[in-house]
Amino acid sequence: MIKFSERQLKTPKFMRPVYLVTAGQSKYARAIPEKRTEELCVDALTMAAEMLNLTPTELKRYIHTCYYGHFADHFGDQLLGEAVIHDRLGLDPLGNIGVKSGGATGGSTLWEAAKAVASGYSDCVLAMGWERMDEVPTDEGNFLIASAADRDWESPMGQIYTGYYAVMAQKYWQVFGKAEASFRRTLAEISVKHHDYARFNPFAHGGMKITTDDVLVSPMVADPLRALDCCLMSVGAACAILCDEPTAMELTRNSKNKPLRIWVTAGSHTLRPADRRDMEIPLLPHEAADQYKDLAKEFPGGDRYPGFTGFLAARMAAYYAYHMAGITDPMEDLDVIELHDAFTISDVQTYEDIGLRPYGQGRDFVESGDCYHKNPLTGRPGRLPSNLSGGLIGCMHAVGASGIMQVFEIATHLWGRWAEIHSDEKRWKEFGREKPEDWTDLQVKGAKRALSISHAGVGSHVTATILMDPDHLLKKDA
Amino acid sequence: MSSYGQVQVKNGRYKFRGDFHRLEQNMPIRDADDNWKLVGVTKPRDMTYVHTYGGEAIFFESLSQGKLLATKCENPACESNGSIFQPFRIHCPDCLSKNTVIDMTDVAKKTATIHTYMVCERSGAFNMLDKPIRFINIEFQGVSTILFSYLLVGEPQIGMRVVPVFKHYNPTYTILDLSWAPAGTQLEALPEGFGF
Ligand SMILES: [Zn+2]
Repeated sequence: MIKFSERQLKTPKFMRPVYLVTAGQSKYARAIPEKRTEELCVDALTMAAEMLNLTPTELKRYIHTCYYGHFADHFGDQLLGEAVIHDRLGLDPLGNIGVKSGGATGGSTLWEAAKAVASGYSDCVLAMGWERMDEVPTDEGNFLIASAADRDWESPMGQIYTGYYAVMAQKYWQVFGKAEASFRRTLAEISVKHHDYARFNPFAHGGMKITTDDVLVSPMVADPLRALDCCLMSVGAACAILCDEPTAMELTRNSKNKPLRIWVTAGSHTLRPADRRDMEIPLLPHEAADQYKDLAKEFPGGDRYPGFTGFLAARMAAYYAYHMAGITDPMEDLDVIELHDAFTISDVQTYEDIGLRPYGQGRDFVESGDCYHKNPLTGRPGRLPSNLSGGLIGCMHAVGASGIMQVFEIATHLWGRWAEIHSDEKRWKEFGREKPEDWTDLQVKGAKRALSISHAGVGSHVTATILMDPDHLLKKDA
Repeated sequence: MSSYGQVQVKNGRYKFRGDFHRLEQNMPIRDADDNWKLVGVTKPRDMTYVHTYGGEAIFFESLSQGKLLATKCENPACESNGSIFQPFRIHCPDCLSKNTVIDMTDVAKKTATIHTYMVCERSGAFNMLDKPIRFINIEFQGVSTILFSYLLVGEPQIGMRVVPVFKHYNPTYTILDLSWAPAGTQLEALPEGFGF
């Protein structure tokens, strides 16, 4: 049993408001042999400047410190790769630091950047993330990824990270999914949705019009997960610029970007799932103390929390974030979200961890149609559209960039610029991609508040990022 | 002639003998779709790492002797006092005092049950196990964690009782020396070199 002290559960506090003013990203692809990583980072920063109608030189004059998210040094065979990027972006001699937390690296980078502004150390910071996994053969890539598991207790077994993850998926599948064909189909619907939304995103490389049947006959990876249930492996870069209020106002003077309030929080849990000990479910603001007393009756085998079915790190990141930003019910208070859909099944697990549905009921977020841009059951806007970028399954998973890509995406909804950015013919052409004839505007109309979740592997690190239109805050002193 | 790198500890230091890396020439990478223009180069590398097990060494040594060791917090002031850890943790995660090493081979033989599993058809480079790999996580009575390992014979199911299998012959001194078989499996059903 593990217990938290009150001090550990303190609501985090920024010393002053922090704003997201702009973001940018490169093209994403499985491989980009024609460009060095530095070139992709230059592309991302240049785009962030263009979003403000500034030149990169003009934007750079505001930047005071830099936070670089890049997970896998050994893929690039370059230690201190951050210093290479920093130099190529022409940002020396500013202070900079690399951030690494597996799949959550992008989110963690924003976490560090936000704190630098909140503390007053810097008025304007750059958060930049990237990854490239295209420069080794697949089996060696699997080996390198497996070295993020425990080198003595896990990775010697198969050198295959998916396997270490999949035991958890299997437990959720059997206990909460009850191994039902209907649940399997719900998982397939997530894949269909994310591949479909990616078709409308010029940055994405996994866009496909597919059916649930296509998902259900795609090659088996680790039962019940098939190839189309899994995220992409990608190359690319994404960045965001965070500021204090006066700098945010100045930087956005000539732009359509309204400065957005940003909060970032983080949670963690054992690197080895094997080390997880049982505990009581930490409750989110809208959950009741006795809510889960019958959970094990309803779902036999679901008596251990977090066991192998919940991501405690995600729950804690949400716990801190909701209290910090004044969210009392995420379904009511949020308008658009981007979740870390490493696998279709982990997307469902996350719905529960962050309180979109109670534990055990995650599938209903999909089955109700709430997660869609347009609810297929009612034909009306979905209650809380998720992963309109295509997510990690449809858009990309360039590890260090993923958490920042998500924030780029939700910010474009709050700025009301989603259509402008995603429909731009010039961009489709530049990326060598064909804009689909049925391209659809996925702008969430009137979006004021958004959330993204950045998640590492088996749930060792998770961050929650909340964006809000400053005229629609939920809490005065947030 | 090259020889495999070997290491001993002598006078508190590592003594290295043999080859720890091999030389191989790099090669150009060219674009087959664009006049064979140069894109980059390969960077071959073959090297041997050295790694200490530290306070976990006794766990890995014991596997080769057919024993499954765990640890237990015996600090009376700790709220986790009495907790048994498998995976073997050198220190208690709560009070950080040094745990007591215990032999849980019998507990494993009598109470090990599959908590969850995964049959995996894929592997990464340097994998030494036969495929498919039957990953299992195992619960034990009185143990607060859920060990990750693999099923050597049989097909896994949640709730299945299993017993530990040890690689007695030619041990690797890695976690691969420990595997599991369904309770009731006969010795003859195990591959050569493995025993209960
Ligand atoms: Zn203790």
